[in-house]
Order: sequence, then C-alpha cells, then structure tokens
Amino acid sequence: MPAARVPDQDNDVGPGNPTGELAVRQTPRQAPPGKRPPPGGSGHAEIFDAAEAEPFESILFPPGSERERREMDDEPGCFVDLNLDQVIASAVAKYDESRLRPFFYSTYRNEDVVRYRQEVFRDLEDPEVLGLIPTFCDGMRKVRLEFEFAGKVRYKRHRQMVLFGAIQSYCGTVRGFAGNLGDARLRSRGLRNLRGYLDSYVASLPFTALTAETDEMHEKLSAIRYSMLIHGDKVTVRKYAGEADYSAMVRSQFERFRNLDPEGKESEEKKPDTSLNHVEEGILDFIGDLYPEIFSALEAHLKRHADFIDETVALFDREIQFFLAYLHFVEPLKQAGLNFCYPEVSASDKSISVRQGFDLALAAKLAGEKKPVVGNDFLLDGPERLIVVSGPNQGGKTTFARMFGQLHFLAGLGCPVPGMEAKLFLADRVYTHFEREEDITNLRGKLEDELVHLHETVGQMTGDSIVILNEIFNSTSLQDQIFLSRQVLDGILATDAIGVCVTFIDELASLSEKTVSMVSTVVPDNPAVRTFEILRRPADGLAYALSLAEKHNVTHERLRDRIKP
Amino acid sequence: MKTLLMHPDRDFDATVPKSKENDDYAQDIELGVLLDAMAAGDPYLREIAQAALFGAWGNDMGTILYRQDILKDCLANKDVVRLFYELAQEPFNRRNDRLYRPFGDEPSVKVSTSVRTLKDALDVLRRLRNTCNVYYKGFSSAGFTRFFKTLNDSLDDGYLASVNSDLEQLQFSSGVLISAGLGEGGKGVDFMLRHPQERDTHLIQRLTTSAPKSYTLQLHPRDEAGAQALGQLQNRGLGLISDALSQSAEHVFGFLKMLAAELAFYLGCLNLHDALTRIHEITTFPEPSSEPRIFSCRELRDTCLALTLKQPAVGNDADADGKQLVVITGANRGGKSTFLRSVGLAQLMMQCGMFVTAQVFSSSLRTGLFTHYKREEDRSMKSGKFDEELARMDRIADRIRSRSMMLFNESFAATNEREGSEIARQIVLALLDREIMVFFVSHMYEFARAFFDDKDVKTLFMRAERGEDGERSFRLREEKPLPTSFGADLYTAIFQTAPEPETADGTSR
Repeated sequence: MPAARVPDQDNDVGPGNPTGELAVRQTPRQAPPGKRPPPGGSGHAEIFDAAEAEPFESILFPPGSERERREMDDEPGCFVDLNLDQVIASAVAKYDESRLRPFFYSTYRNEDVVRYRQEVFRDLEDPEVLGLIPTFCDGMRKVRLEFEFAGKVRYKRHRQMVLFGAIQSYCGTVRGFAGNLGDARLRSRGLRNLRGYLDSYVASLPFTALTAETDEMHEKLSAIRYSMLIHGDKVTVRKYAGEADYSAMVRSQFERFRNLDPEGKESEEKKPDTSLNHVEEGILDFIGDLYPEIFSALEAHLKRHADFIDETVALFDREIQFFLAYLHFVEPLKQAGLNFCYPEVSASDKSISVRQGFDLALAAKLAGEKKPVVGNDFLLDGPERLIVVSGPNQGGKTTFARMFGQLHFLAGLGCPVPGMEAKLFLADRVYTHFEREEDITNLRGKLEDELVHLHETVGQMTGDSIVILNEIFNSTSLQDQIFLSRQVLDGILATDAIGVCVTFIDELASLSEKTVSMVSTVVPDNPAVRTFEILRRPADGLAYALSLAEKHNVTHERLRDRIKP
Repeated sequence: MKTLLMHPDRDFDATVPKSKENDDYAQDIELGVLLDAMAAGDPYLREIAQAALFGAWGNDMGTILYRQDILKDCLANKDVVRLFYELAQEPFNRRNDRLYRPFGDEPSVKVSTSVRTLKDALDVLRRLRNTCNVYYKGFSSAGFTRFFKTLNDSLDDGYLASVNSDLEQLQFSSGVLISAGLGEGGKGVDFMLRHPQERDTHLIQRLTTSAPKSYTLQLHPRDEAGAQALGQLQNRGLGLISDALSQSAEHVFGFLKMLAAELAFYLGCLNLHDALTRIHEITTFPEPSSEPRIFSCRELRDTCLALTLKQPAVGNDADADGKQLVVITGANRGGKSTFLRSVGLAQLMMQCGMFVTAQVFSSSLRTGLFTHYKREEDRSMKSGKFDEELARMDRIADRIRSRSMMLFNESFAATNEREGSEIARQIVLALLDREIMVFFVSHMYEFARAFFDDKDVKTLFMRAERGEDGERSFRLREEKPLPTSFGADLYTAIFQTAPEPETADGTSR
C-alpha cells in the first residue's frame, strides 16, 4: 500500500488570482435613470420612489462627493486627551480594525456628508433595518476568508470545495440581503440608493445564472454519504451501507450514572474551518473516485464563475461597518437610559447649544458599573466663544471639557452624539491641551514643554478650530499661572475659535465678552439635585463633608435607596 | 446520587469565592485564626472551612439545623467519621496518577480513562458502603441516615456486576466505524458512530462474501501527523459517546469528591472543638431565629482571642432582642473591639451550622456580614482619609442587602466630630431603614447622643467598663453614653510623666 495519495497539483481551476487577492467584477450595473428593475416581490417604499433614481457609490459619501474623501491613517492628536481612543478602540474591537479606524479618524466640514451619514444612522435605529446588516457583513467576511484560503490550498479537490463554498456564501449573502432590504422601511438616501443598486444587480442575468447553477451543484454534493472503518493506522472508505447507530446504544446503557441536567456540555466544536489535513485530503480524493461524475461537474462550474464578487457590494460591506461599530458601542448606553441625538450641524455658525450632553468614555464605564451618568447643558451665544469652568475638585470639570470636545468630533464624523439635543459646529480640527501625568524625571521641563506645545497649537489653529484646555500651567506659581493663562487665552480668543478652558483661577472667567463662566457644583443633602453638574454662574467654593458623602452616594436617602432587598 | 451532608437539598459549593467583601470582614473578625484551628495543619481542610464560612450567608434555617444535627453525630462518633473521611480521600491520595485525573479533551482518551475511572471508583464506593453498614447504629441525624440509604440503594451488588460487563465491551477491538457526509470545503460532516458490519468483525465472513467498492489508506509507519489526523477522525466518532461516558465517570468521581469535601468541613469542626476543649473554652449550639431583631448572648467570647491566648476569653452578656442598633462607647482598650469581633464571628459560625463560644447565643438570620473599621493606611490614594472612609462605605452599599449585619469600629472619625457624627447618623439611619442590624463602636459623643435622644430607634447602649482605679475589666455593660471617652487618660499615661503603672503597657499600643 502506498502512503497517502498526492493529488494532481494542476492549477487549471482555482482563484483567478493565485495570490489570493479578491477577484472583483468591475462592471457596476446601474438601473437606467427613472426606471426601476422588475419588481422583486412586495412593492416597497412607494413614497420615495422618485428619489431612488440616484446612483449609489458609497454609504459614507453622497453621490458625487467621493472627492471629499480623505481618510487619515493616524490617530488624531486630541484622541487621548478626550478619551476618544478608548471609545474608538472599544467600538472597533470586534471589527476589522485596520480598515475601520481611518473612518473614525476623519471628520468632515461638509454639511451634506454629515447629514447623509446621519440619515443612515437614523435608518439603522430601526432594529429591523439594523438586524439586516450584520448578517450581510458576516456573510461577506466568510466569502473573503474562503476565497483567500482557496488561494493557499494545493490539493485540487479540496480547493474546488473551498472555492465552491465561497461562491455559495456570496450568492446566499447577496440574495438574502437584497431580499430583506426590499421589505425594509428605508428613509436615508444612502440605503435607498443601495437598495436600487442591489435590486438591479440581483435581477441581472449573470447573477441569476450564478445562483441557479450553484444551488443545483450543492444538491448533488450534499447527497453524498460515505463511511470510514478506522483500525490502527489504516482507514477504509466506502459508500455508507445503512449500519446502525452505536452511540445511542452506549448512551442508554449508561443513562443511570448521568446527571439528568439537560444535555450538559457537548464537546462538539462548531467553528467553520475548511482546512483539511493530508488524511482528510486523501479521504476526499477517495470520495471523488467513488463519485466521479459529481466532481467533474464541480470543476466545470468553477471555471465558468471565476470572478463573482461585485465591487460596489464589496465597498459597501467595508463602509457600513463604520455605522455598525458605533451603534454597537452606543447600544448598552441607550439600554441604560442615556440619550443620543442627531446634532444640527453648521460649518459657519458658531452659536452652539447642547442639552444633557455627557462624556461617552465615562458613560461607557459607569454604565458597565450600573452607576448613573450626569448630563450637562451648555450654550455659546452671540459673541461668546470660550467656556471657562472653575469650581471644586471632583465635580466633573474635566469630564465636561472632554464631553465638549467629543461631541464636536463625533458630529464631524456624522455620528449621533451623547445628549438630548445638540447644535454643533463643524470644526476643522479639535486641539486639546491637558495636564500631563507628573513625570518625575522631567519636572523642570514641564512648564517649558507646556508652553512649546501651546505655542504650536495657537500657531496652527484657525477661527474654525476647537480648543480644549484643562488645568494648564499647574506646575508653576499662582502668579505665573495667572499671567501665562491670560496671555494664552488672549491669543486663542483673538483667533475666534471656540472651546473650553478648565481652571481654578476665577479671574479667567471674566476675561472678555467672549468668555462664559461655568462652575462645578456639589449640592448637599438633596437627592433630587444631581452632582457633577456644571452650571453657568460665577464660582463658589463649597466642599464639605456632606458633599463628599453625596459624592459617594451614602447620604441617608441615597444609601437607603441603594440597599437591595 | 448525591451526598447531601451540607445542604438537605443540594451540593455543597466547595469553591472559595474571590470577592473583596469576604476579605474585608474576614480580616476584621480575624477569621484566619479560626480557619487555622479548623485546618490543624491540613490546607485542604482550611480551604473547605473557608468555602463553608463564606457561603454561610445563603443558608436557611433548615440547613443550619440540619448541619447542627450532623455535627452532633460527628461529635458523638469522632473516630468513625474520621474513618469515612479516609476512605473518601483514598482515590485522591493514590500514587496511581493515571486514575482520577481531569479527563482530557480527546475522546479516545476520555473513553478509556472514563472506563477505568468508573471501574475503580465503583470499587471504592462498594467498600465505603460496607463500612457504613457496620457503624450506622451510632448515627441519628437525618443527613447521615439518608446518606447511608443512598449508598445502599444506588450500589447493590447486582448492578455493580452488570456495569462492569458493559465496560468490557467498550474496547473497540475490531476498529471504529463512522459514517459522514460531505460538508463545506470538503470537510466531513454529520459524523455518526456505527455498529460495524458482520464482515468487518469476522475474518471468515470477510473471506467468503464479496466486498463493496472501497479504497484503503494505509499510513506510513513514520507518518506521525497522519496518525494524529486519523486519530482525530476516530475521535469525531468516539466524541459521540465520550461525553456520555465521562459524564458518568465524573458523576461517580464527583460523588467521592463531594463526600470528601463535605466531611472535611465536619472534620474541621471536630478539630476546632478539640482545640477549644484543650484550653477549657466553653461551646454551645446557638439558636438561630427567623424572627427579625433578635440578638442576645450570655458569656459570649471571642473564639479567635481564646485560640490566640490559649485560655478562655472574657465573656459578655447582651440582651438586644427587639433592638435595631447597638452603640458601644467607653474606655479605650476596654474590650469594645473584642466584643464587636465576637459578635461577627458568632453570627458567622451560627449561620454556618457550627457551635459558638458562649453559654447562650441566639440571633436572627442575616443575609451577610459587613464591617467598616478604621483603617491604618489609606494606600496613597489621592482622596483624603475621610473621603476614603466614605468611598469604602460606598463600595459596601453596592453589595449590602437588607437584613444584613453591619459592624462599625471608630468609623467616620477622620473629620471633626460634628460632621463625622452627622454622616455616621445618616448612614446608620439608612441601614436601619432596611432592617440591617448595626453594631457601632464610637468615640463620637454627638453621634451616640443623637440616637439616645431619638426615641424612634430602638437602641441598646453598651459601655466599656472602667474600674475605680482606671483599670479595665474588658467587660461591657448596658449603660448610656458619656460625653467624654477615656482618651484623656491614655494621653496622660503616654505623654505625662505621672507615676502610673500603665505607662509601659500604654506605649506598646
């Protein structure tokens, strides 16, 4: 007997591109303007028909504004200070990070782009619509993985089976998605355009032929049934001949000693792994020999459909994950009762207002610990440009500053923002300057570093920027701090940028008509009034024992309400 | 088949919970001393005792009385119980490593180890059953009676013989037959273990009948990867029975393990009893009550203090039935902390089903024990000491449930007395609103007075005694709070050069 047979290594059927690059069909089939493809079942969204004539290119950019696209590969400088690095890391964690991160790094000042995305987000708030997307993305991911894997498989019959699996997944995924989308209630331009595109693609001849032939092939393959007799170091493969189930017999014999808790843990693994070892490949070869006619039909099928993936579908798959990742991150916060809203955005109007905004990173942490999140309002009106926050420590000042920056950054991405209502400015960039961790090795250089950094910031910023300063110049004397802070703030105010400055120096609050004073407050002994509120008023300095008790939620009423029965 | 010697209705959870909650009170009531006495040098006994004590708050009245009865049986049959324990431990003490190992993941290994384990474990159980049948007359508790019955009902000789012959058949001497279909990527799916055909097992048949079309793959003798792959395929078939078999083996094995664990708890109690008897400390079985607001004791001693001093500790009497709060004031080093510790410890031991060191002890069942003691260090946190105390209270509030017991020792005194008293008062009121029994040791007169004046709160006031000459007796008396505590005389003792005999003693604190 020879060792395991080595199948032919010919390459006649296989991925069009042996490197494993995804073969993509480059001919977008667009429905003729004004005319919809043959109705595919229930008539949907009649009201919006007129608008569906728009072509579809991307779910991130409205038709014609592809040229706006400029994706950043590097994390924006403000991310760490605003804790957006945590937010985004957590949002993209379960997705293809490297492809998704650039989308989250790139804000746009184009109101149309932002609204186009907001519309898609709104559509996805409908759980029925949202539910369609992950199924599609999972399917496409599987197609990609199988296709890439097929490029690496050397054995002919194995490669054929893997490639066939990829085609099957693709057909099922696209067909299912187009069908589901047809019944969905869609309002956004992006998803409606996509639907139009998919309808015509699915009805096109190449696609219908692909699916019909694939289904037929699948039926033949799944009818195969074989058996293996394993004894020592040899295995005999033959067609299955109706032998009886032995496991049922054994199980009933030992029923008596098994705990009757329902089925315990079954050790069957369920991951779709399509790699084969050489014994399995040898067996597959035997199966091919037992059923020769089925395997020659498979070979012909794969030859006919070498390139089967549509380019626009592939791009949508990549881009829609931006929406999914963000919504997935936000979902538990919504469950915890927090509000998100679609900000009214403007690239020119600097009067902004927010009701009950909150820090997204902190909220994610608090919601995980089932602790309440406190929202804050703010407003810049008329000439006002800079909010100066002062007041007692541990009252939420830094959180407020972060929230201000986060909201504006997220608005520029087109995402819903944490808060009940928001009107926000589309900034060209968010600059942050937070006090760095104490560095014992470099204490003397700290003030100097701060000044260098601030000098750069002030030099780069424009009137369309946003700036967040948090406890600057803490490393020097009070007199120095007042002087330096005044100088820097004067410089920033001169650019007409908007922003927040957190400080304990009261004088800064009344620098000019452009500054607004807000203070952190801790209100003792009144459970109705929440702490961590930042209010628009001059500073006071209350910090008593009771306010600490309030902070820890252990005053009489709060403690009583917290104790579980 | 269950042992049921710890709970009348379920298995004992022998895992020690890893929560901070337990660490806190365990440290404050010096639980380590108790555990060491129960362990008597055996780390396994210590671990089990710890699991039992930390799990005590979930026990209901039935469980406590059930254990008390079993423990009384144990005290009356010390040697027999130790013999049971030795038998139950036997599989775990064996040198023979291949037995009683956690079952591997590989089905073929699982099948063979399960078969072996079943054979051997059933043998140990048979001998255990025979031993029990010799000594059963000395036992009267419901728990032991049922345990003996379980052994006899589940393991009659006829059944044991038939199981052994079943186990013989699971050798697969003529190969393993598996059927499958063709799945994604050419992978086999729908694996089924099949009963081999006649001609697969018999040479004669194989020679006389014609074979269906088949192909055979024979591995090269040095093809180790191939052998492994073939093994995996075989495992797909054996996997269908390996779970059933290993569940059976684990069940029998688990029964022995559970028995060892449950008996280990009672062995720990016996060790503790021996240790207390040696130092002539008193013990009694406490009277748990399902009524709220019950707490009374006579001659309640701090078990751990007695074990540490190796002599009987000073006892205290308290009648707090109907009370919600016990405020303890008085002289420094007057036995306040000791009393607080003895209360927590006795409550815990009672709910675990153990005896306590007292003449009489009765108390309501509590849902947990929480302690808030003045901490020496506040671990370089940014917040101040008072803030740290509140933060700790905050963490307790996350976990505490109504009808718990809460012990405060000099809490919230890290700020001025007026503020500290007010915070403490608010916190205590909130706890009382939720039927939490509070014991509060405090120097803050403002705090004590607030409750003395509050006629809505049923409070017992106790004070550390002070002899005529300033000497402490370490006994507490029911007594209203006094405006000053006795820090002044400690101060005098330490800082003034007055000719007090206490000087050396005082500075050592």
